Amino acid sequence: MSTATDTRPTDRALLPLTGAKLPRWAPALVLALAAATAGLLALTLGWGPVGTAFVAVLLFGLALPAWSLAVENRRAATDRFVTSLVWGAFLLALIPLVSLTWTVVSNGAPAFSAEFFTFSMRNVVGEGGGIYHAIIGTLIITGIAALMSVPIGLMTAIYLVEYGAGKRVARSINFLVDVMTGIPSIVAGLFAYALFLIFFGPGVRMGFAGSVALSVLMVPVVVRSCEEMLKLVPNDLREASYALGVPKWRTIVKVVLPTAMAGIITGVMLAVARVAGETAPLLIIAGATDSVNFNPFDERMMTLPVFAYYSYTQPGVPPGPGLERAWGAALILIIIVMALNLLGRALGHLFAPKTGR
Amino acid sequence: MAKSIDVSDLDIYYGDFKAVEDVTMTIPARSVTAFIGPSGCGKSTLLRSLNRMHEVIPGARVEGKVVIGGQSLYDADVDPVEVRRQVGMVFQRPNPFPTMSIYGNVLAGNRLNSRRMKRSEADDIVERALRGANLWTEVKDRLTKPGAGLSGGQQQRLCIARAIAVEPQVLLMDEPCSALDPISTSAIEDLIHELKSEYTIVIVTHNMQQAARVSEDTAFFNLAGAGLPGRLVEMDSTKKIFSVPEDPSTEAYISGRFG
Repeated sequence: MSTATDTRPTDRALLPLTGAKLPRWAPALVLALAAATAGLLALTLGWGPVGTAFVAVLLFGLALPAWSLAVENRRAATDRFVTSLVWGAFLLALIPLVSLTWTVVSNGAPAFSAEFFTFSMRNVVGEGGGIYHAIIGTLIITGIAALMSVPIGLMTAIYLVEYGAGKRVARSINFLVDVMTGIPSIVAGLFAYALFLIFFGPGVRMGFAGSVALSVLMVPVVVRSCEEMLKLVPNDLREASYALGVPKWRTIVKVVLPTAMAGIITGVMLAVARVAGETAPLLIIAGATDSVNFNPFDERMMTLPVFAYYSYTQPGVPPGPGLERAWGAALILIIIVMALNLLGRALGHLFAPKTGR
Repeated sequence: MAKSIDVSDLDIYYGDFKAVEDVTMTIPARSVTAFIGPSGCGKSTLLRSLNRMHEVIPGARVEGKVVIGGQSLYDADVDPVEVRRQVGMVFQRPNPFPTMSIYGNVLAGNRLNSRRMKRSEADDIVERALRGANLWTEVKDRLTKPGAGLSGGQQQRLCIARAIAVEPQVLLMDEPCSALDPISTSAIEDLIHELKSEYTIVIVTHNMQQAARVSEDTAFFNLAGAGLPGRLVEMDSTKKIFSVPEDPSTEAYISGRFG
């Protein structure tokens, strides 16, 4: 036992803290070599670009860990292998995103013109016309949907977090919200149609009904995101407020909500962005039209997704201008959703609790 | 304005679990009373029952009587919100409202209860409360800055300022210095000394020296055993408790021979 304690310090002192390391430029060199090898193989065997890239990545993923294992140690080799896996997955995920953005922008941007944004499709055959009516329709229908779902969703979340904890009512609401999250959007459209059928008879089409269908989809998203945000508010703050003699409802309105406001706004904006692109329910209940309609309670109303769908499936003769308008509408929809996301982030930042001296 | 507190035959439950058993004590007005005892013996629970804060925890209930200045807290028609306006509380961890400035934090009790007041009146309240909490000179030039940007000790004094800004009759402090360094602790102890001329103060502490330094009276709580409710072992003047306590377990605890 004494010998063991005697030898330990010397053993410790011998433990090396340094080891052989690959140079910093090793990954770059391996990548260049892998790409060159794959390119050479591709030239001789006549592969396409996808196959070449695949082989290059494969070579890189094998060669770098192998080199590392030879020079460094097992842990470093594993690290390099997993690092290349993660980067590979990231780049793979980026491909469809970049490709989609590129396709929509390159096809849609040529459609942009002053006329495109300020004219409807009324009496337009072939070239000309615009998506003014669809932009108006999307803004009105999504806006009304948000106006309906945000109060319902936020108040449900407040009930679930502040009042319902552990109660049977809260548990059943939680279950129903989960069920609602899974509703296919076409079912929401059919629900709205069936509901308005009762009051307005068969063949009913109106923008407001579209809003109802969208809020069926939006409410569960708003409930979940607001609930998460309210749960994040520390209980200390509620207790501090109660201890000052502030009633519960005032504590919620003046302390809990402001503290969670940033997250709530971000969540609501994401929910809006999500339903703004819904097509199926609006196809059923809001219908399609070529004219501008400002009244959500009467007649059909065009929306951007529905416009893109119809312009693409029925582009008219000749098909060129119709297809171009479809891409243009898709691009505008992406821009609107993107703008909403950015707005949500900006507002969230603005309302975030401030620190700093 | 300070009032004495009479507790008689108080049992406190969390659901079926009896946390505190049969406490009877009198807390004199305009003085500092310290609650000491091992963790889990019900000091904080008892403290929270003095302003009906324990009701915030689902399933918590109380049997027995708490009388403050002649008014029973647990009568059927008593509004817990009114009780909390009269009996302020400072918590273990400083918890200023993160959305509010220093100024807003001090006024929170008044503002959140939507009391209308003039700008000058509000300024007066803020200055008085911050001076009362020994924080005025440190923050008077940055009242509009967020309260969360202060240091821990300053935040705790801000919380004390917030509690005294509503002019309660009793101030309950639940281990107010446990998260603070010795200098901030000493600042808060000085503050307690000054505040006791106007308020009835009850303080829970794990720091025996602190209890000896700041309090007039000390109550020692202990558990009869694991899983059994906590109870009041003895209560007497701090001098007596720390020199010649009647109960041997008190002496064991104070002298560090607990067990």
